Amino acid sequence: MSIVVVDNVRKSFAANEVLKGVSLTVERGQVVALVGRSGSGKSTLLRCLNGLEVIDGGRIEVAGHPMDYHPAKLRALRQDVGIVFQSFNLFPHLSVGENIMLAPGLVKGCARLEARKLAEQVLARIGLLEKIDAYPDSLSGGQQQRVAIARSLAMQPRVMLFDEVTSALDPELTEEVLAVVEQLARDGMTMLLVTHEMTFARRVADMTVFMNQGRIWESGESERIFRQPQTPEFRQFLSSTLK
Amino acid sequence: MIRSFGVDEILFLLQSTGWTLVLTITASLLGGILALGVALARISTHSVAREIARVYIAIVQGVPVLMVLFLSFYGLAHAGLELPPIIAASIALSIYASAYLGDIWRGAIESVPRQQWEASASLALTRRQQYRYVILPQSVKIALPPTVGFLVQLVKNTSIVSIVSVVELTRAGQLINNVTFQPFKVFVAVAVIYLAICYPMSRASRRLEERFRVYRGG
Repeated sequence: MSIVVVDNVRKSFAANEVLKGVSLTVERGQVVALVGRSGSGKSTLLRCLNGLEVIDGGRIEVAGHPMDYHPAKLRALRQDVGIVFQSFNLFPHLSVGENIMLAPGLVKGCARLEARKLAEQVLARIGLLEKIDAYPDSLSGGQQQRVAIARSLAMQPRVMLFDEVTSALDPELTEEVLAVVEQLARDGMTMLLVTHEMTFARRVADMTVFMNQGRIWESGESERIFRQPQTPEFRQFLSSTLK
Repeated sequence: MIRSFGVDEILFLLQSTGWTLVLTITASLLGGILALGVALARISTHSVAREIARVYIAIVQGVPVLMVLFLSFYGLAHAGLELPPIIAASIALSIYASAYLGDIWRGAIESVPRQQWEASASLALTRRQQYRYVILPQSVKIALPPTVGFLVQLVKNTSIVSIVSVVELTRAGQLINNVTFQPFKVFVAVAVIYLAICYPMSRASRRLEERFRVYRGG
């Protein structure tokens, strides 16, 4: 069974239909890149997958949870689905360690010591163990984003969503974040990432989905569709991003 | 007989200051508890709760405190519930404080970026946990200066309860002036006592603000 099922999903913001019947399946361990112009609906699609946006039609199932907006059902789904945002969104009043320990402690009932161990473990994984007692605003953007990834990982999600996680970063900081994402991909994490980094998508994603005007315009094995784009829109999009 | 403004009179002023403080503290605590409810209702997901809180704030802010005071003293007495003046005064000031603090805190809660809600919701926190661990701690810092500013106002506004014969600082000053005819001395003394209460509050607020900044920079 596919770990992510999106079936004919529709979503409008007021009169503006952003998703016009999108269907997509993702298998366990697969890395899927969502690319396209801003306004194409790719971020909205991603945010629908953990219920941050409520869909108007169609069906979504993630990690065995059919989408249900009842608060308890939604929390059950979100325990299995991590998301990392463009603007990091760390909790500024908590230290790095506390940021990571908060949800495992509250949601999974981890004891403090256990949660602390978990935090050390995920921080070691992203190479920032020494920052465990630092506060977010003393970290660089790249470090903050890596901590945000670690915070998500601490919940041991089955699917990870990345929403333009490097768009707010300088090029050199982008690299350090992408390196972490790539390592996760190699470790077999199932993930969907909205990205503007085409070379990264091509290299790391098993499948790339090009969205245009609220539809999946073209999709397929990354290597193949980057080499041989089938639609003029994707071809034009690729040439505009390479400039 | 005309008395002079001496030690006894000053002691009387200080004693009455006790009531000013009691009123301020009661209204801050009671009003504060009410205000948290008002603020949370104001931004609740339930539209009825939101509307009730909005109307409550609009009414209390749109009516002079004096009217709230008259209603809780004369109004309730007329309706058969005769409250001691100090109780009626505490109720009136608490209602007054709840609407203003409620509105200040609503603003503080709303000024926490939407992304903080999204990030904490995505980590599967309940709404209560989001408030308790993510949103309110960040709101406190934002709310602190206007809250203290309001409490300083509250200290001074307790003076209106002199009108229902609670002998707090202002009323005590009037009484002493009536027997000493030394308004300048008496009211300067009263003013100095108010200042002695309010100024340290403002100072403490500024110091707390700085401590929060240092703490966050950690």
